[in-house]
Amino acid sequence: MAYMERTIWAQLIASVIGLVVYLALIVPQLITTPVGEIAWVWPMVGTIAGGIVLSIVLSIAWGIVARMRDPEFEHTADQRDREIERFGERVGQGFLAIGAIGALILAMVEAPWFWIGNALFLGFFLSAVLGGMARLGAYRRGFQ
Amino acid sequence: MMVRPTKVTNTIRSVREAAGMTQAEVARRVGVTRQTLIAIEQGRYSPTLELAFQLARAFDARLDDLFHYPDTED
Repeated sequence: MAYMERTIWAQLIASVIGLVVYLALIVPQLITTPVGEIAWVWPMVGTIAGGIVLSIVLSIAWGIVARMRDPEFEHTADQRDREIERFGERVGQGFLAIGAIGALILAMVEAPWFWIGNALFLGFFLSAVLGGMARLGAYRRGFQ
Repeated sequence: MMVRPTKVTNTIRSVREAAGMTQAEVARRVGVTRQTLIAIEQGRYSPTLELAFQLARAFDARLDDLFHYPDTED
């Protein structure tokens, strides 16, 4: 597995765990509390920051294990990694734009901030996860 | 740009083995990771023209000794 591929896996795992934690904190409130009173800001900040830290920790730990198993493994990115990175960013940007347009429409109809913030959050999540999956597909199935 | 296996085929593995070189040696010589060289050999990555020339030079071969492209479109 390429160095960058491992990093993408770490980001994907951290993103999914972050979303699950966020939903576990928010969905019970959504059922019992009016939308305007839901405490969503700090759970969102916490899961975003936690996701970033978790992906860095996972990536470093995975790198240490990989180096122990194969000392000659290259921990660098080359032109193929950079091309796949750009491809994944392009895929991810589409979903980021969908989230932004959704948030814009919600703002236009004066929807609660909760829905606007969460539309943007969903856009970031889809961008990270689907962009990452596109990159993994490029590593696994081929890329030209 | 699509994610799809490349139509470009190559004989790098057999040429490399005939030259008695390891994947790591060739990768180091042309400035890519071993994973990228493996992807090229397996047809999962079509290298840039510059990298293709570097590979040809590493084996003292011509481009069309190493890389082939089908005559007809599928």
